[in-house]
Amino acid sequence: MKKYIVLLFISLFGFAQQTPAPKQSKSILILGAKAHLGNGKVIENSLISIIDGKIANIGDATVMKPAKHDIVIEASGKHVYPGFIAPNSTLGLVEIDAVRASDDESEIGQFNPHVRSIIAYNAESKLVETTRPNGVLLAQITPRGGRIPGTSSIVQLDAWNWEDASIKTDDGIHLNWPRSYSRAGWWAEPGGIEMNKNYDPQVKAIQEYFDNAFAYLGSKNTKKDIPYEAMKGLQSGEKTLFVNANGEKEIIDAVLFKKKNNIKNMTIVGGYYAFKVGALLKENNVSVLLNRVHSLPLLEDEDVNLPYKNAKLLVDAGVLVGLQNAGDMERMQTRNLPFYAGTCAAWGLTKEQALQLITGNSAKILGIDKQYGTLESGKSATLFISEGDALDMKTNVISFAFIDGRQISLESHHTELYERYKGKFEQQKK
Amino acid sequence: MKYLSLLLVFLISFSGNAQEYFPKNDGVKQSFKNYVAITNATIYVAANQKIEKATLLIKENKIIEVGTNISIPKGATIVDATGKTIYPSFVELYSEFGINKPTPRPSGNFTPQYDTNREGYYWNDHIKPEYNAYENLSYDQKAAEGLREAGFGTVLSHHNDGVIAGTGLLWTLNDFGTNADRILKDKVSQHFTFSRSKFTKQSYPSSMMGSMALIRQVFHDAKWYAQGSATTKDLSLEAFNANKSLLQIFNAGDKLNALRADKLGDEFGVKYLIKGSGNEFERIEEIKKSGATFIIPINFPDVYDVSDPYLAQQVSLSDMKFWNQAPFNLKILTENNVSFVLSTADLKETKSFLSNLRKAVLYGLPKEKALVALTETPAKLVNQFDKVGSLSKGKLANFIIVSGDIFEEKSNILENWVQGNRNIIDKINPAAIKGTYDLTFDNQKYELKIEGEAPKFEAKIVRDSIEYGTKIQFNDPWVNLVIKNQDTTKANFVRLSGTFVKDMMQGKAVLENGNETSWTATKRATEVKEDKKKDDKKDEPKAPSMYAVKYPNISFGNDEKPKQETILFKNVTVWTGEKEGNLKETDVLIQNGKIAKIGKNLPSSGAKVVDGTGKHLTAGIIDEHSHIAISNGVNEGGQNSSAEVTIEDVVNSEDINIYRNLAGGVTSANLLHGSANPIGGRAAFIKLKWGYSPDEMLVKDAPKYIKFALGENVKQSNWGDFERSRFPQSRMGVEQVYEDYFTRAIEYKNEWDTYKSGKNKKMPRFDVEMEVLGEILAKKRFITCHSYVQSEINMLMKLAERYGFKIQTFTHILEGYKLADKMSAHGVAGSTFADWWAYKYEVNDAIPYNAAIMMNEGVKVSINSDDAEMSRRLNQEAAKTVKYGNVTEEEAWNFVTLNPAKILQVDNKVGSIKVGKDADVVLWSDSPLSIYTRAEKTLVDGIIFYDLEKEKEVMSEIQKERAELINFMLDAKNKGMKTQLPKKKENGHYHCDTLGENCKESHYKYN
Repeated sequence: MKKYIVLLFISLFGFAQQTPAPKQSKSILILGAKAHLGNGKVIENSLISIIDGKIANIGDATVMKPAKHDIVIEASGKHVYPGFIAPNSTLGLVEIDAVRASDDESEIGQFNPHVRSIIAYNAESKLVETTRPNGVLLAQITPRGGRIPGTSSIVQLDAWNWEDASIKTDDGIHLNWPRSYSRAGWWAEPGGIEMNKNYDPQVKAIQEYFDNAFAYLGSKNTKKDIPYEAMKGLQSGEKTLFVNANGEKEIIDAVLFKKKNNIKNMTIVGGYYAFKVGALLKENNVSVLLNRVHSLPLLEDEDVNLPYKNAKLLVDAGVLVGLQNAGDMERMQTRNLPFYAGTCAAWGLTKEQALQLITGNSAKILGIDKQYGTLESGKSATLFISEGDALDMKTNVISFAFIDGRQISLESHHTELYERYKGKFEQQKK
Repeated sequence: MKYLSLLLVFLISFSGNAQEYFPKNDGVKQSFKNYVAITNATIYVAANQKIEKATLLIKENKIIEVGTNISIPKGATIVDATGKTIYPSFVELYSEFGINKPTPRPSGNFTPQYDTNREGYYWNDHIKPEYNAYENLSYDQKAAEGLREAGFGTVLSHHNDGVIAGTGLLWTLNDFGTNADRILKDKVSQHFTFSRSKFTKQSYPSSMMGSMALIRQVFHDAKWYAQGSATTKDLSLEAFNANKSLLQIFNAGDKLNALRADKLGDEFGVKYLIKGSGNEFERIEEIKKSGATFIIPINFPDVYDVSDPYLAQQVSLSDMKFWNQAPFNLKILTENNVSFVLSTADLKETKSFLSNLRKAVLYGLPKEKALVALTETPAKLVNQFDKVGSLSKGKLANFIIVSGDIFEEKSNILENWVQGNRNIIDKINPAAIKGTYDLTFDNQKYELKIEGEAPKFEAKIVRDSIEYGTKIQFNDPWVNLVIKNQDTTKANFVRLSGTFVKDMMQGKAVLENGNETSWTATKRATEVKEDKKKDDKKDEPKAPSMYAVKYPNISFGNDEKPKQETILFKNVTVWTGEKEGNLKETDVLIQNGKIAKIGKNLPSSGAKVVDGTGKHLTAGIIDEHSHIAISNGVNEGGQNSSAEVTIEDVVNSEDINIYRNLAGGVTSANLLHGSANPIGGRAAFIKLKWGYSPDEMLVKDAPKYIKFALGENVKQSNWGDFERSRFPQSRMGVEQVYEDYFTRAIEYKNEWDTYKSGKNKKMPRFDVEMEVLGEILAKKRFITCHSYVQSEINMLMKLAERYGFKIQTFTHILEGYKLADKMSAHGVAGSTFADWWAYKYEVNDAIPYNAAIMMNEGVKVSINSDDAEMSRRLNQEAAKTVKYGNVTEEEAWNFVTLNPAKILQVDNKVGSIKVGKDADVVLWSDSPLSIYTRAEKTLVDGIIFYDLEKEKEVMSEIQKERAELINFMLDAKNKGMKTQLPKKKENGHYHCDTLGENCKESHYKYN
């Protein structure tokens, strides 16, 4: 007795943004899909029960008997994935790169741990809605600029406002580690490198800042120091320290810094050369959010496919690794996150390992793995159904997506314009 | 030679202002000049002619006689030069010596300047043929001394500033005379560069291709001006025409720039003397073919300090190899019969000239060739061989006296005579004082040991194993020794002062008590011998072996230019791109660079067989919009139209991104000018023949294109608040720019037509820009236009229709979907991005379904990159159209192969797998549209340029060579060689600063 229920979407022409879905009220059963759990495992013929925003049950449909659900989605031949996670993202902080008035991603000053991205997050950004049809349902909204750009928060990408969106507020402090060398030239004519003569003093300045912050936090103060106050939680593990660093030396220095300052959770963001110090990272429990996979090698002499192989090198070294995509046009590229993972699979990882880079692993790194990142009973029903392999462009075609059990709109500014002009030309031909 | 440098005013020399017809008010006139005979020398009268035991007889500034059996006039001053060697002094052709250069004015004004500041001169301030070096002289004695110490006597000086930098003069390094004596020729050369003048802010040219176009236009304008066609005065063009007969010198630098300069000269029948950079060996075949003569700076890179492994990692293998290879450059040039002269140009210190010269000789530059390149060749080039460049009767007495063979490390230049004036550099070899002596004074015997190098010698005095603290000063022939008493608590000293003559010292000693006595020191005979032996044996320096030059000479370069092969791909899925669609388990034979056969079970007959089971073979990807492989600027944004510039001038065959593109299955690319102005520059269509020269990469018979641009970039919306002075600043203005230029192009053509029909006798001005616009009107050149929003797209189509042509391609065209029907009606193609948007306001409505809608409305669609990273994944970008808009896989694939071929009108040759087409093919591990695929082999014209199979091997070779070179460098550092910190590569002459702040703008500006 299989019921096939077509869910109706309301087309919202004329509205700038998609309307967030209401709280789940009806139980949903997804039957027969190949479930990619996000932890490396697969259930070929799965049964997924979604009740009250949670995965009430997930298992093998050939052995489990489904209970009665309000809605049953027959999904044989299709694929179910946990919602993809975009860490270190500026979604909702900038709308149009070239329009300064739409840019809220960075503050002036060097040390701004107190600056919080969450309150500037524009839940109604047109960029946000374009990521969902590709499976990206969660993001860590992160400020940019300076030595300590500020504090990030993690959001789900279907919300009326930042408050609704937040699933973990003030999850981490971000630190731009100084570079021991810098590159010269410009994009059309990249030059060589120059030594950064200020590296040591810059590192020292960070140490001093942390010394002062922890000294402040460890003593009773009558006067409140807002920035130092924001540094609370780094030693207890309440907040993660995200360190942007690519060079081998910088990464080693960052790991030493972690030990010296008793930082509980540290993640290297970027980590281009992290594979060279994989053992050190593993030993110190430091994870990596890797640079955008679709990048050119940094150096002329390097394997032309090194950026594609980087994830595998780190996985092989036993490092917990996820993908992020900071860089040129990063917000609009968020929707290509699945294809970054796909490229990692083309160059050495298995597809399920590659999937972990944007699901289970990222959830662990961001500290939201109790709720998100994998398809497991009891976790949030934040997942989607794809017609085919979601890591491949051709087959990443999403028919249903749920955030906390809410079936969200897969329409966007783009699909609306598509329909509108397709319609125009159809009408003309009549 | 820093030891000692004396200038002696010899009796016979000129002194002060001595022109014979000048009045003399400070005394009486004296005119007697004695003969000077330099005798018993080995004299190189010419580079290839040496006379032993010869005499050089001079009087005043000239050579009277040179040779043996010369009768020396009575009373002549005799200089005995036994054991010494005399050479003609060197002639330097590339120098800014003695030019009075004002400091460029710093400008606090950031508003760009588009027009000239001058009146009566050429419209462009960077064109300064009217500048004369001889009118801006400030003879620099210190620099002259440095040049003389390096062996030079005559110098061509110019001011290296501006695209046409004016004339140079030839003068001597004569400290004793005035410029009246020194100047041999006031205007001897005219100078060209690729670089802007530092003394003007005028924005054009802002790129190398702009400089090249500007030079061309000057040639045309000068010709036109010479015919008396101009109605106004142009002092620059007049000077340019007057300078035509001079030696034309082009400061090119890098090897590719040298080839560019040579080609430019060929177009106007000018054979430039080209100033290179020392990397000519990297493209020796083309350099040789140019037939040009070169000025080669003997400048070698210092060894990199690679002791910090993290920093060392940043030094590229090519830079490290260049350290090894550079000293071989002159050897290779010689072997290839390239004519050259040598120069001190680019040297940080003139004094490193001789040691570098010797290094070049050690590395294989024949001595005779070196000497010719320093004397005869430069003298002949400036038509002054009757005065300098060899030693013969009647020539200037410009010569150097060397302690031995000048190319030997131990030889010193002792004297440099300029116009008969003697400059003493080094009286004797000061090193001769080194040795062990028996020192005697106050009836005591001591052992004296002198070590070290001039001018800082160290002395040690020992008696009965007791060492006395000693200080030595040697100012030949005077020796001063201060010896401290053995008792260190007492400040008592013995002072010895005396002279050193032939291994013997003697003089006066002042004892601690003030008594004076005599002292002597005799060099131990055995020491003398042993010293000599040691010297002879002492690590006879040897050139290392040279790392083989790669094509191109960077990592992943080829051992030689790769060649065509006969290859049979067996049993592969063939994406024909044609109506046959995808053929499974099919064979494809590649022969003579073409696709020879497609079929089942083809015989292998001698072909290299590649098993394609489970794999896919496609035509190579064609990137319709690429900016890789371009040297020194992709934009000529100095004006709102730059149709006169062409990327074909600046194709860069050495860009690593060519190889990276091949690794992504790209086989050809349309290299476009940027989008800084409404009418951009002409494009270059190249095949990615990695290792070949720019000329060999260009597809010469491909239809020609030009880049136009619309929207935010051309109206400078995102360029900052200072850029508000160039028309257009709105989309309204953009249309009028085109109206203006096309109207003028029509008028221009009419003018020429009238002239050609004989109705008008006065020849119109030849304008390259108008010629190019005329090609568009004549449908011989095609527009690919950067565009975003529908209003401007519609505007350009309507404008083209008014002028009777059509736009060939809109590139980017992100709102193409809004007017795909109009595009289809116009017949324009759309070359777009798969999913880019949101980086500028004008891409707010860009949607990934764009390609699909345009295609469905009948527009020819391609997916392009505009980005060196994305271009190597264009297969993925094509695949996105399957997701966004349900394009079929075969159509999607054609978006990056056959369609761009059609758009570029090269589909008769490339773009699909069809018998007879060029063998530009890619073997993929999987469907080319799959995210999981890898390009395994990439062929262009039947030549394998990328092979994934060989990657491991290549990577391990790179690692091995890096490790080797790092060891060599560490060793060199330990041996005390001068080091440099790992640092940036030189990128030629044009850099960001020429575009001011503009280049620092982020990516969105030019997309």
